[in-house]
Amino acid sequence: MNKNIVLCGVGGQGTVLASKLISAAAMAKDIPVMSAETIGMAQRGGSVFSHLRMGDDIYSPMIAKGTADIILGFEPGETVRMLPYLKPDGQVIVSSREVMPVTASLTGGSYSGADMIAYLQKNVKNLFVIDTDKAVKELGSAKVLNIIMLGAAVSSGALGLEKKDIKNAIIEKVPEKFHELNFRALDYYGNK
Amino acid sequence: MHKEFLMGNEAIALGALAAGVDLVCGYPGTPSTEVLETVAKKNTGNVYVEWSVNEKAAMEVAAGAAYSGARVMVTMKQMGLNVASDPLMCVEYIGVKGGMVVLVADDPGPISSQTEQDTRHFASFSKVPCFDPSSAQEAYDMMAEAFELSEKYQTPVFMRSTTRVSHGYASIEVRDPEEYVVNKPEGFVKDTNRWVIFPKLSNANHKKIVARNDELADVFSAYAGNRIFPENAGIDEKLSKKGIAAGGISFTYAMEARAELSGLRLLKVSTPYPFPEKKAVEFLEGLDEVLCMEELDPVIEDGLIYVCGKYGLKTKILGKHTGHSPVAGELSRDIALEMLAEFTGIKREKTEEKELPPLPVRPPVLCAGCPHRASFYAVKRAMKGRKCIFAGDIGCYTLGNAQPLDMVDTCLCMGAGLGIAQGVGHMDPETKCFAFVGDSTFFASAIPGVINAVYNQADMTLVVLDNSTTAMTGHQPHPGTGHTMMGQVVDKVSIDAVLRGCGLTVVEHVNPMELEKAVDTVKKVADEPGVKAIIFEYPCVAIVKPEKPLHVDVSSCIGCQKCIKEIGCPALSMRDGKAVIDESQCTGCTLCSQICSMDAIKKPCNGDCGSEKAQKTGGANE
Ligand code: SF4
Ligand code: SF4
Repeated sequence: MNKNIVLCGVGGQGTVLASKLISAAAMAKDIPVMSAETIGMAQRGGSVFSHLRMGDDIYSPMIAKGTADIILGFEPGETVRMLPYLKPDGQVIVSSREVMPVTASLTGGSYSGADMIAYLQKNVKNLFVIDTDKAVKELGSAKVLNIIMLGAAVSSGALGLEKKDIKNAIIEKVPEKFHELNFRALDYYGNK
Repeated sequence: MHKEFLMGNEAIALGALAAGVDLVCGYPGTPSTEVLETVAKKNTGNVYVEWSVNEKAAMEVAAGAAYSGARVMVTMKQMGLNVASDPLMCVEYIGVKGGMVVLVADDPGPISSQTEQDTRHFASFSKVPCFDPSSAQEAYDMMAEAFELSEKYQTPVFMRSTTRVSHGYASIEVRDPEEYVVNKPEGFVKDTNRWVIFPKLSNANHKKIVARNDELADVFSAYAGNRIFPENAGIDEKLSKKGIAAGGISFTYAMEARAELSGLRLLKVSTPYPFPEKKAVEFLEGLDEVLCMEELDPVIEDGLIYVCGKYGLKTKILGKHTGHSPVAGELSRDIALEMLAEFTGIKREKTEEKELPPLPVRPPVLCAGCPHRASFYAVKRAMKGRKCIFAGDIGCYTLGNAQPLDMVDTCLCMGAGLGIAQGVGHMDPETKCFAFVGDSTFFASAIPGVINAVYNQADMTLVVLDNSTTAMTGHQPHPGTGHTMMGQVVDKVSIDAVLRGCGLTVVEHVNPMELEKAVDTVKKVADEPGVKAIIFEYPCVAIVKPEKPLHVDVSSCIGCQKCIKEIGCPALSMRDGKAVIDESQCTGCTLCSQICSMDAIKKPCNGDCGSEKAQKTGGANE
């Protein structure tokens, strides 16, 4: 089973932890993993991405265009940016909530997340839009968007992993006092 | 042995520890920084680790330890190698006793550097042998080999990485701590004929080095890292006259492109210097054309062209010289695929690329509450209407060039702002010349520039942006912070005392968050004659707990946008004609409140002042 996964969003949204959790879950199942991510200055409010690859016969952590099985988009505009990486019948899971560029108020460069979602709806067959505002309200925390996304991704089957794999990874990587919240976020979408 | 999911730089660090490294020093720089940090974190107590004041100092400390029989590693980015080149060029002539690995991370793109220089070229220039790993696992394994080679041939050895190798993660096999090599340095043994570089010794050693590198070219031809693929069958017969040569991360792109398109013969070059000539001859046998895939300079390409000339081979070598490869920037999986498709004439099934709608631009900006913003703004306000030049330097504060601050007129290399301000001033004494330098950069490379200015009677203002850390590379300690990588609390080196020691008499300290006072200080100091300094002191927002966020009193705000247009703090934006502060970003620095002429930006209240609170954008679960 070879899987190519792209995670994308804006610096500080938790893409890195999500990518680490998937990797840990895969490693626990003895699946070879490689990943690459944005590091450095671009992290601060800039566009960030992780490429993650699982399976045998992988040489590079980077994904070629048109070959991603799944895109986990933490932000609508950033998801559109990564769309060229998606394979024709690939899955996209996207958070509905946009993050304005920090320079928007200076340059007037604001944009509409709804426009981006509409574009995705038109161009992606396997699209799952997360109503982030609703989810955050129901879960009572904005900090677990990454785990909500992971839960939806696992349920879609496109990761080739199960919720219990991610759960174990959370136990391993996240401080115990956050476990309960993270588990609820993981189970927010799909079956347990 | 066990498996771990490691970043390339962590793998390099563990590789060094497993090889029994005794001393590791370096200077932070993306993409190399995590190597030394990982050594410090995993230190069993047997390793001496330091962030040196700069790369030259690191190289010299390492040389001393290597003379004493210790295994040492020096870490830096490619720009740092320029700073370290003086001692390195000489150490190569003197040689070492303990193994010495010089880890340099190159930055194709460049992503966070000034140049795209190639350490593989530095290797041939300095005559220092060079390893070039393509993955985290290889980097880990090569560390042991590099130390052994260094000791056997008594020469420093380069371990050259690039961003994607250094920052890529992989699940790799590493040794358990019980399996680590234990090295017992003998200590320095006096021998003036060996350790003192005199012309006669250099002449004799030069001959030995050339002979040794000839020998190493043969040793590397037999080295398992330099390989021809496929070892057995698997070549596409129609294309059997074509081959690919690659190294570093480009090797992985080439292998994947090859798997997708066609089984061509492939040469992997893991030691670009000395070039594995005989292996190359074996590879070139029977080939008409070879495509070279590599980032930065055409090192493998030049190596093969040289081999063809030397051995009278007719193979055509294609790459950067022939327009078959991009000459600048990173390669990618996609570029590699395109290059190979063109080379083989195989048509790829390409998914048509749709044009994307306009996307938000997200340039890097100074953080909300960043003290550099306040410092730049104070200087800008104080010097308004006067003819000035603002020479910038390397660090987060280079971002002061962005609108609306627009306070960086030049930026070149570490510490260069001082010299540039002097040069501009000598040509135009009417211009008020400012040089901005951060605290870590000050210690690393600004001090000679200060002395130069004092001695040569320059007229300039040095602005030290002291935020008590090395922020850009992830908050490393430096001589002014009072702690070391060995966890000791030490006396801080005082920037003030250094400046006064260099002969400055005007050295003013000011908190940039006290805007009015800061502006007055700049006005006063800038008009003093000669060389003078202002030290803006306020810690980086990332290393201190933020104050409570401020908020906008909507009844007072007239929507003039002055707060936004003057300082550009990312926590401030406009909503429904009024300014609004994003609580999740605001650090409560109060700068904006000192700018608003309506006094509309308030300190935290109990929610009874009628202000509108910003929506949280939601912090992350990192
Ligand atoms: S107080 Fe004003 S300038 Fe400072 S961080 Fe908050 S919004 Fe930005
Ligand atoms: S907060 Fe003050 S400076 Fe900002 S828009 Fe309102 S009135 Fe203008």
